[in-house]
Amino acid sequence: MAYAAFLVLAVLAIGSAVGLILRKNAIHGALFLVVNLGSIAALYLMLGAEFLAAAQVIVYAGAIMVLFVFAIMVLIPGKEEIGPDPRRGARLLAVPVGALLLLLLVFGVVARWSGPPVPGGPSGSVAAVGRLLFTSYLFPFELTSVLLLAAMVGVLLLARRRA
Amino acid sequence: MVPESYYVALSAVLFTIGVVGVVIRRNPLVIFMSIELMLNAANLALVAFGQRYGNLDGQAVVFFVMAVAAAEVAVGLAIIVAIFRLRRRLSVDDLSLMRW
Repeated sequence: MAYAAFLVLAVLAIGSAVGLILRKNAIHGALFLVVNLGSIAALYLMLGAEFLAAAQVIVYAGAIMVLFVFAIMVLIPGKEEIGPDPRRGARLLAVPVGALLLLLLVFGVVARWSGPPVPGGPSGSVAAVGRLLFTSYLFPFELTSVLLLAAMVGVLLLARRRA
Repeated sequence: MVPESYYVALSAVLFTIGVVGVVIRRNPLVIFMSIELMLNAANLALVAFGQRYGNLDGQAVVFFVMAVAAAEVAVGLAIIVAIFRLRRRLSVDDLSLMRW
């Protein structure tokens, strides 16, 4: 049962990722990315990371994707990849190089992690993750707020219309 | 229970698709979305590793990655919009602003 659910979610995630990089229209790509992020949130749930699944839906599928869709609408989509690609040959090199990277990752990382699943992993409930964030990771957590503030100020500066 | 290595393998596939997307596309917005794809693949691997080692540190790191990704997207999209206002074109091949 768990295997079937994993298979469905994996196919969904990989299919939407391929759709994202192959569709010409950027807004279709954004919708594919939403599907991908949603299936990854479901995979987090299967791994027992409940807090992260909720955060993924709220932060990624909610906030970040809204920002992307806004930017695509501001920038008049579909007008940027018309015409022949002058560097098509160099770009198509990405496919064999990507295959090599995948081989490297599979043999270097995945092969070392094979083995039976460990039963009873940690519970990623809100209480457990929250306790960890506010004890061991308190300083980085506070730094995050500074980072977000700096990003907000920087965006305001960049988006200001020069008179 | 699905073994953790399955999740790591899926994460490797998604990361590779993201890398290929960054290289083959010309629209900076799609390149940005491919970068998000790679970040998510890394996050999935972190959660799977944390599950294997039986602690929550991986999930805490994923939380920070999400916060940094939010800041990065906001700043990056603002830069893309600013360049578009300046140039009226939107292809990474045209962007040699920083070259001297």
